[in-house]
Amino acid sequence: MSASAVYILDVKGKVMICRNYRGNIDMSIIDNFMPLVMDKEEEGVSAPIIQYGNITFIYIKCNNLYLVATTKKNANVALVFQFLHRCVQVFSEYFKELEEESIRDNFVIIYELLDEVMDFGFPQTTDSKILQEYITQEGHKLEVAPRPPMAVTNAVSWRSEGIKYRKNEVFLDIIESVNLLVSGSGSVLRSEIVGAVKMRVYLSGMPELRLGLNDKVLFESTGRGKSKSVELEDVKFNQCVRLSRFENDRTISFIPPDGEFELMSYRLNTHVKPLIWVESVIERHAHSRIEFMIKAKSQFKRRSTANNVEIVVTVPTDADCPKFKTTAGSCRYAPDQNAMIWTIKSFPGGKEYLMRAHFGLPSVVNEDLEGKAPIHVRFEIPYFTVSGIQVRYLKIIEKSGYQALPWVRYITQNGDYQLRTG
Amino acid sequence: MTDSKYFTTNKKGEIFELRGELNSDKKDRKREAVKKVIASMTVGKDVSALFPDVINCMQTDNLELKKLVYLYLMNYAKSQPDMAIMAVNTFVKDCEDSNPLIRALAVRTMGCIRVDKITEYLCEPLQKCLKDEDPYVRKTAAVCVAKLYDINAQLVEDRGFLDMLRDLLSDSNPMVVANAVAAISEILETSPTPLNMLEVNSQIINKLLTALNECTEWGQVFILDAISNYTPKDDREAQSITERITPRLAHANSAVVLSSIKVIMKLMEMMDPSSDYISMLVKKLSPPLITLLSAEPEIQYVALRNINLIVQKRSDILKHEMKVFFVKYNDPIYVKLEKLDIMIRLTNQANIAQVLAELKEYATEVDVDFVRKSVRAIGRCAIKVEQAAERCVSTLLDLIQTKVNYVVQEAIVVIKDIFRKYPNKYESIIATLCENLDTLDEPEARASMIWIIGEYAERIDNADELLESFLDGFQDENAQVQLQLLTAIVKLFLKRPTDTQELVQQVLSLATQDSDNPDLRDRGYIYWRLLSTDPAAAKEVVLAEKPLISEETDLIEPTLLDELICHISSLASVYHKPPNSFVEGRGGVPVRKVLPPRTGSTTPEDAVQTEAAPQLPQATVIPGADSLIGDLLDMDLGPPTQAYGQHPPPMAQSAPVDLLGEGLDSLLGGISMPTGGNDMGVAGAPSSVAGLGDIFGFNPVNSYVPAQEIWLSAAAGKGLEIHGNFARRNGSLHMDLTFHNKAMSTMTNFAIQFNKNSFGLLPSSPLQVPMPLLPNQSVNASLPLSTTGPVQRMEPLNLLQVAVKNNIDIAYFSCNIAAHVLLTEDGEMERKRFLETWKEIPSVNEKQYEITDVQHNAETVVQKLKNNNIATIAKRNVEGQDMLYQSLKFSNQVQVLAELKIQPGNSTFTLSLKSKAPDVYPMVYESYQTILHHA
Repeated sequence: MSASAVYILDVKGKVMICRNYRGNIDMSIIDNFMPLVMDKEEEGVSAPIIQYGNITFIYIKCNNLYLVATTKKNANVALVFQFLHRCVQVFSEYFKELEEESIRDNFVIIYELLDEVMDFGFPQTTDSKILQEYITQEGHKLEVAPRPPMAVTNAVSWRSEGIKYRKNEVFLDIIESVNLLVSGSGSVLRSEIVGAVKMRVYLSGMPELRLGLNDKVLFESTGRGKSKSVELEDVKFNQCVRLSRFENDRTISFIPPDGEFELMSYRLNTHVKPLIWVESVIERHAHSRIEFMIKAKSQFKRRSTANNVEIVVTVPTDADCPKFKTTAGSCRYAPDQNAMIWTIKSFPGGKEYLMRAHFGLPSVVNEDLEGKAPIHVRFEIPYFTVSGIQVRYLKIIEKSGYQALPWVRYITQNGDYQLRTG
Repeated sequence: MTDSKYFTTNKKGEIFELRGELNSDKKDRKREAVKKVIASMTVGKDVSALFPDVINCMQTDNLELKKLVYLYLMNYAKSQPDMAIMAVNTFVKDCEDSNPLIRALAVRTMGCIRVDKITEYLCEPLQKCLKDEDPYVRKTAAVCVAKLYDINAQLVEDRGFLDMLRDLLSDSNPMVVANAVAAISEILETSPTPLNMLEVNSQIINKLLTALNECTEWGQVFILDAISNYTPKDDREAQSITERITPRLAHANSAVVLSSIKVIMKLMEMMDPSSDYISMLVKKLSPPLITLLSAEPEIQYVALRNINLIVQKRSDILKHEMKVFFVKYNDPIYVKLEKLDIMIRLTNQANIAQVLAELKEYATEVDVDFVRKSVRAIGRCAIKVEQAAERCVSTLLDLIQTKVNYVVQEAIVVIKDIFRKYPNKYESIIATLCENLDTLDEPEARASMIWIIGEYAERIDNADELLESFLDGFQDENAQVQLQLLTAIVKLFLKRPTDTQELVQQVLSLATQDSDNPDLRDRGYIYWRLLSTDPAAAKEVVLAEKPLISEETDLIEPTLLDELICHISSLASVYHKPPNSFVEGRGGVPVRKVLPPRTGSTTPEDAVQTEAAPQLPQATVIPGADSLIGDLLDMDLGPPTQAYGQHPPPMAQSAPVDLLGEGLDSLLGGISMPTGGNDMGVAGAPSSVAGLGDIFGFNPVNSYVPAQEIWLSAAAGKGLEIHGNFARRNGSLHMDLTFHNKAMSTMTNFAIQFNKNSFGLLPSSPLQVPMPLLPNQSVNASLPLSTTGPVQRMEPLNLLQVAVKNNIDIAYFSCNIAAHVLLTEDGEMERKRFLETWKEIPSVNEKQYEITDVQHNAETVVQKLKNNNIATIAKRNVEGQDMLYQSLKFSNQVQVLAELKIQPGNSTFTLSLKSKAPDVYPMVYESYQTILHHA
């Protein structure tokens, strides 16, 4: 049902690590992988799944590394991809960066991890915090060898018992990313909010947490339909949340993992006014110059402020001699991205700024066809959520009865925020 | 300190040096040496020569070292089986270590050493580990059973491991349950024979659903995938399972979400499609599918391939969500192409304007493949939404004006399709198209342009010049272009015979004399002969009105679609191919997964009709047994065999579409061929109940049972009156009898005997009449029948002569076997074979029947016939008529192919039959009559 073997390859396709889980595929089959990837790219049919005879390669690319799984069966591909991405996550949490060097430096422990995260092609324990309790960089004597933590096989597989903190604290970050797609003619094609509730939990023991949000479905079912509430279209929870409980009465109850994690994510399609609106006029005078006039407008309340606003506009690859004029912030040319980046450190609500740019163009016309890349905008607005979501309470109950403080922060930022140029 | 240094040594005599270090007394040096060995192994150097030296390091008190040695063993044990035995002792010892981590490590590694000799030694430790007190060891041992099964299945069965594995399904620890489920699914998938002991019933499903709430995300996927193989007994159970699975849709892990969707999509099939519950589910499924599009690109890709199937199966899901499939500039190309495909599927009159604006935007991007597909998509929109055709055409014209070579070519290809869908509507643009003639260098575009010129030759003044210009390089053209050019010039000639005679002669001689391509030559000769013998006929043939092309393109064939729905989230769902087309064949019968039939708790169709006995001929008492000599059925098909419970042999994989001859192609029209499949019965075929894939249960559908009729009157039977009928239950044939005692005395000692008959029917067990039959009492008896008896042709074929004995006398009667009960479950023919067989059978064998007054639509007909073992292999719609292609098989292996034509609003169906044994036609006709009128 799943992977036969897992490989980690460098950018040239050379095997750095390989682990055979089933022994039903010749391990040297991997020699065909890179040529196949090249061929597919050339044919323009590149896909993360490649069929080679009766073998299938399933792969992801990460920091110039390939993580490849092979299979001979009708494997559950969603499972395999999710597993490969989880491996990247586990390795990154073990060695910070997952790259060629860190793999060579840690190959022994990678083998130990690969032995533990998958057995016979079935993913097993992939929670790096739990793994770190019994797979560590230091060698062990057998007498003092670690035992499998209870959590590995417990119903609560993400938290170990006996955690202790002097000060019990919980930090909650509500981060909303706005995905926006605007057509060249200036109409909003798609706008979507993807929210995430991220937590940093420093709590002793096995605490029971309950999170209350101004969830519309909950409010309506409890007769508070008139209060301000938010309709969440789709919610995804960390494995610690009791899903059937949420299904029944919309209560978010859980025993949290220790430290940092994402508790939940949600998605809603709302037609909010784009927070930062960008209009562009681009005049191209072939053989001589190209001129840009970019107007940026903040369309949120005056008392909020967007920080670190960056507006990225693509310019032709053969442009030169940049000249900029702005009414706020600064602009720079980034030839490596074929773009200019207009940065405004602080952009209060209800304002409008202007930027003019001028580039020279060579007299010989570039033969290569260039696409019209959209304008990308990056920003961050603290103390503000577009959806209006609010944390109503976070109850923390532990049998020792300590008091713990929850801290809540709200941030709205850009997600996939694109405005096509006309 | 880092490990990278282990990779650097590359001096002469490296192996020698390592051996020295491995045998060193110093523990540190030893450990360093093993690390170097593993490093070499990783980069692909052969270090198997060090096997004994590394094994010597196995007995160590250092955990890290032990793990490395185990890793080495897994890699090289197979190449050194004899020496691998040396490791066994340490394994066995480690399996009894006090630390559960070591016990699990040992049992896990042992299972990975695929050496037959070792497996013997593995059994005992494994047995202990399966009962270990620590769940960590038990969950590892559970997987080890699957490993061992892969190496030596017999051993696993003999040593009772399957029982132990099944017991683990009731383990208190959810992780153990999850791994046991995974192991069982694996074993069922590989086993060549059904393993009834591992069958999952509703009780086990309950346990699994409970464990689902508590186990890890991966365990949830194992459990959900196992549940997807189970078919509940009715819609109520389906609904209660669904209710317990829907909360999983909120799980952060995409694999959990997709596997849940798979189960729900399958179970929805069993529920009343008009119920509120279904519409609620449809609403629930859209949001999680959309959220998958925010996952990593690879997962988006899997999701999109699956969404493509889901929207074809249930168009309600996502129907208002077109916008989420708009392509983003930075999407990987594989995501872009899939999104485009789904956009077209969701296009309708309401959203066409938005879609067109997007497609136009995409057509100006730089990625050639994406641009091409976008242009093609515009054409598909035009064909799909008639109201938008004009806008699409003008968009395409705008794109042609860009003069970007591949855009122009792609546009011309789709415009040809638009012309075929809307003839005589847009010819005004032909002039613009012709301007681009010179730039076309791809065969498909050239062929399309030539087709357009030929088709509209009468309106293009210089059509002859244009076509002539292509003729110069005729030899160098692609075959597709050559064929098209030949046809176009012949069309031109038929339309404008006066000034094009020279041209047509030129092309005919090029095609027939100067070409090596047999297709081209044949076509050339046909035209030539047609033109020279009967120009009027030629006109009729060449300029015949063409059938319109269909609206939906690239639709997956319904049976394949249903099968793929059962494989959501797997490779099959990404490839859009059935698993047996890419997974190599194994010993067992590849069992096709099918969606469960809708089985309400009380479905009226299933109930046996009791009133209104069908008008079947009255049974008559026969004079004597001696005058009944006929000959065997004149069929060259070998002796009849017992069909029940036997699996048909696995079919060879069918060849791709293009192997079809043209004649055959036209027989089945544009139906695409399945790329795999086998001739197992589809849903409801009891022979597959025993099949492996359906190990999780199956609801056999019983065929139609006619009401009992009188076979022996009391007068003829000296007081014994017999009513009876034939029924097919769970794949076997029964004769159901009701005995009435209308005499004054008690009857006992019943026995029954059949005369030789056409189908070799024989009671397979003695008649069981439960008690002495008192006067004026009646009793029911069911007599199981086999078809292995002696065969003798009867007239009519389905005549059966029976003798019933009791303490009073012997009574004779004859009855007609209801034809449809003789149809076996394995009558479904693979499509390719169907085509071949249809071709093989001479057309004199074809016969047509009419079935009047049928009050069902095509769907119901298919279902009804299917319940009675008439399999529908293909279905297509020709000018509003439904054509069903069906196959069936009698118990004596006689196969019959059928084509059923259904016109909407007409209750008379036309049935055409083809078989090597036409004698059975009346019986087939009778079966259809019975099933369609009564079942």
